[in-house]
Amino acid sequence: MARARFDVRSQPGFGTIALFTFVVLYLPIITLVAYAFNASESLTAWGGFSLHWFGEAARNTAVQDAAWRSLVIALSAASVATVAATMAAIATTRTAPYRGLGFKYAFINLPLMVPEIVTAVALLIVFARVKVWTGYSGLGYLILAHTAFCIPFAYLPIRARLEGMDEALERAAADLYAPPWQVFRRVTLPLLRPGIIAGFMLAFVISLDDVVISEFVKSGGQDTLPTYMLGQMRREITPEVNAIAAAFLALSVVLVTIFFFINRKKT
Amino acid sequence: MASAADVARQEEGRKIRSRWLLSAPALVIVFIAAIGPLLVMLAYSFMTKGDYGDVKPAFSLDGWFSVLFQRDMFDDTLSLADAHLSIVWRSVRLSVITTFATLVLGFPTAYFIATRPRNTREVWVFLVTIPFWTNLLIRTFAMQQVIRNEGILNSLLIWLGIIREPLQIMYTDWAILFGMVYVYLPLMVLPLYASLEKLDFRLIEAGYDLYAGRLAVLRRIILPLVKPGIVAGSILVFIPSLGAYVIPRVLGGGKNLMLGNLIELQFGSGRNWPLGAALSITLMVLVMVAMLFYVRNAARSGGGHG
Repeated sequence: MARARFDVRSQPGFGTIALFTFVVLYLPIITLVAYAFNASESLTAWGGFSLHWFGEAARNTAVQDAAWRSLVIALSAASVATVAATMAAIATTRTAPYRGLGFKYAFINLPLMVPEIVTAVALLIVFARVKVWTGYSGLGYLILAHTAFCIPFAYLPIRARLEGMDEALERAAADLYAPPWQVFRRVTLPLLRPGIIAGFMLAFVISLDDVVISEFVKSGGQDTLPTYMLGQMRREITPEVNAIAAAFLALSVVLVTIFFFINRKKT
Repeated sequence: MASAADVARQEEGRKIRSRWLLSAPALVIVFIAAIGPLLVMLAYSFMTKGDYGDVKPAFSLDGWFSVLFQRDMFDDTLSLADAHLSIVWRSVRLSVITTFATLVLGFPTAYFIATRPRNTREVWVFLVTIPFWTNLLIRTFAMQQVIRNEGILNSLLIWLGIIREPLQIMYTDWAILFGMVYVYLPLMVLPLYASLEKLDFRLIEAGYDLYAGRLAVLRRIILPLVKPGIVAGSILVFIPSLGAYVIPRVLGGGKNLMLGNLIELQFGSGRNWPLGAALSITLMVLVMVAMLFYVRNAARSGGGHG
């Protein structure tokens, strides 16, 4: 037999480690999903395939409330964050450096650099006081907190898109006597749309996934889906948590897939 | 009379003002719900602790003091706060090990992906991205199901005859370590892949032509070229590991605290807000130092040899 051709790219053992990594990445998720379809009450024995726990979770009013709350918060926070981030991105790109530009950039991205637990306790101490002063303890705090940490996530893709955009088109529109607002609406905005959609989706997913900040900012009875699950994990776990997690997982996978294809079409 | 230069300057000023106005909403929101509270916390770390949590508005360094020292309840003698230091040490140690373990697993994986045919690479990257975008809590919970006493890892090891009794992994440092490696692995693979993808394999071929062995090629050619990716991945893993809260809470089970849990404790049953604030600032400073290290490193490798 002829000797295998020497491949300069191959490194011994790398393929094996890579496959091991993919097993490590997927085995836990697959286990989790498998047990969501377990008919048995326990998390240890396999009692046959069943959708029982999905039904159980869907009928649980605490889960319904938490899911609805998560959705409301994520939609509001992502929307506000996207609008604010779009405006900020327009203000901080395609310009000669001016005083305060670097400051703005650092300021907007700061939430990315602070450990979540630190932001969470800082919000806890401030909002605790504000709640006493104003007597208001609604969802506003959660939405505000989520908006703040969503802004950098929405900002980055929008900014990236803007930087790659040709300013000549906007100048041409202005030369043709389009007023600034019209230039923005008819030229800038349509060109910017992929960036805005990416920013919004990123912000939405980040908000939906948040555990730590929600856990510290929420008032009593304001569980989001992740904080509800965290609370359940302290007790005796039933496959109901698996069912919720599996449904959540499915949603994430769908969103990531959409995101993946939107980005691929662009390039 | 205004000269052309004046008009231009006025125009420039107007533009900058409108740019500030445009960025105002984002700046205000980030200030109210992130930076402002952090400043309040900085202030709290210099105040006196209240009797039932909260703070009294009187200057005190006790919070910062008790990060490192503890005063004996009876005779007022000072000693190092072993409990805090051991938790800080555990956080740093586990984060370093996590970074190293993700690098050992992540580098060959990224290399494997980068050497696939171009059209399948995207699929492999996508496979890494999915766990990355899955909720952290769900991934932690998934890891719990693997390493539990009745979980599949123990079942497998028993079935293989390697062990007789299930290993107690949950509620140990190992559990936290497994959880962090699992959760942060994609953060290592993705930046590594980004720099490996740009690797010019002609350089490697040249290395082989000059009689370098595989190990020499890996050590002397590949590793130096992808160093920026290694640094980026390490920082991306190290920073969230250091501030981990959910993973030690779920997998470490209250006994094996990390810095994040110690901070929470001070605002909860510990009722020592100034200490909690001081610990938070400490964690933030540790993170900033790591970040600074990264920025300096990135600047150096960007400008240097290409």
